[in-house]
Amino acid sequence: MTSRNTRRNAVNNVMLALCGLCAFLTVSTLFFTLGYLVYNGGKSVSIDFFTKLPLSPGELGGGMANAILGSAEVVVLATLIGLPIGFFAGIHLAEFGGKTFSLIVRYTADLLNGVPSIVIGIVAWTIIVVPMHHFSALAGGIALSLMLIPITARSTEQFLLEVPRAMREGALALGANKWRAIATVIVPAARKGIMTGMILGIARISGETAPLLFTSFNNQYWSTGLSEPTATLPAMIYFRAISPYDDWHQQAWAAGLVLLALVLLANIAARMVISRGVSLPK
Amino acid sequence: MSTSRTAPSQPHTQMSPTSTESSSTAQATTPKMRASNVNFYYGSFKALHDVSLSFEANKVTALIGPSGCGKSTFLRNLNRINETLRDTRIEGEITLDGENILDKDVTEIRRRIGMVFQRPNPFPKSIFENIVYGPKINGMLKKTSAAEIVEKSLRRAALWDEVKDKLHESAYAISGGQQQRLCIARALAVDPEVLLLDEPCSALDPIATAKIEDLLVGLKQQCTIVIVTHNMQQAARVADTTGFFLLGKLIEHDKTDVIFKNPAKRETEDYITGRFG
Repeated sequence: MTSRNTRRNAVNNVMLALCGLCAFLTVSTLFFTLGYLVYNGGKSVSIDFFTKLPLSPGELGGGMANAILGSAEVVVLATLIGLPIGFFAGIHLAEFGGKTFSLIVRYTADLLNGVPSIVIGIVAWTIIVVPMHHFSALAGGIALSLMLIPITARSTEQFLLEVPRAMREGALALGANKWRAIATVIVPAARKGIMTGMILGIARISGETAPLLFTSFNNQYWSTGLSEPTATLPAMIYFRAISPYDDWHQQAWAAGLVLLALVLLANIAARMVISRGVSLPK
Repeated sequence: MSTSRTAPSQPHTQMSPTSTESSSTAQATTPKMRASNVNFYYGSFKALHDVSLSFEANKVTALIGPSGCGKSTFLRNLNRINETLRDTRIEGEITLDGENILDKDVTEIRRRIGMVFQRPNPFPKSIFENIVYGPKINGMLKKTSAAEIVEKSLRRAALWDEVKDKLHESAYAISGGQQQRLCIARALAVDPEVLLLDEPCSALDPIATAKIEDLLVGLKQQCTIVIVTHNMQQAARVADTTGFFLLGKLIEHDKTDVIFKNPAKRETEDYITGRFG
């Protein structure tokens, strides 16, 4: 009896310690990455980095103002295209889908989610860049939106399905038609989850590099429109990191730090906005 | 078990739809609602067998029976909310003031026939917005102001004094019993002619339950009430007539004291006396 208890306690303690260790490793990865970026990139982040254009190799200094703006441009474009499509597709999946059609859409979305981003880049290159004969921010935005659509659709669906059936019925029982119930009760009830899913999706595509190499490519200067090649932070990191210049490597670190900081800031800000208002119980 | 499965079919086949409610109460007035020969299927499973039952205006009707007997399924057909489930089918006729609700616009039917659910299901909005929701979607705010409707509905649900100072707080900030009365108030806000309640007290403590029971007795002056309950004492306390369901069939429907003191069918007596279920 006592030896059994000893064994049980030992297993208990070992497993608790193991879970704790894994939790620590999970968190420490983030902090390690952050620390490394701050250490290496911090030196090169200055006001110039945010306000000046990149310089040619050999010239010290310069910044990535165009890439910061370009990243924002491409991500906003992807968001404008991808979020509404993904959101409404998610509503369809959760609320209207017939069995077979939903199954196909759901399965396709999951497949699309798993497609390597470089393949998405090649597709966007083939259908947009080739006919237009040049790289463009538009192509970059569309490529990223292709990634954002399935993420948004599936997360929206998941959170809508978590709304209790009783709440839908509560709205319908008051004489609401289906769309009214969805728009005024079900979506608001799932609002926090849906928006969190969207933010995570946007954060995810903000760091994508491969699709952008084939679409928006890069630009030493300000891009003058959506149909021009456009510098973005991820592409800039890539091109700087593979260059042979030490100064450029430093700038790649700095760009990495700025990209991560911007994504984190956007994330935190959005969560703070979302956390206001009434939420579901439990 | 074998007796309860075979026995109900025999008396039932002898009953014509009208004979079920040919009890003395039913003859005086025309019923507010009437279900005639209702069969209902979940996929290939037949959940209701030829149920005929009518509901007198301004009376409380209780539906009792063991779990899975079809009482909730039947109730949920009275406002056609079962239609929202996939793979379901209904046969028969359900009338409201003599008109078949199965042929009418479903949103209008649900406005006229309100429903309160097993667990309180307030919307994730403020108390005020919860009440105004129904009137707003049914275009009733032009005639009466929102504030007026909110106060009137909360008073009818005996909740006004408890929440009048926190109308704009979340509906989740009040207790479970208060939430359920809020749901009753929300249903009353669109002036339903019939109020359906699906085990409304099953998630509540005895004090909250007593408040809702008092409320129902008062409310029947304004509307016709149908309540599904697991609690036989509750049926005895609030209902004018009681229907007993077993295995998807309506075994018996009569005045509540007849059902509890002198039921005509053996199955009813077995259930009432606690021999099964």
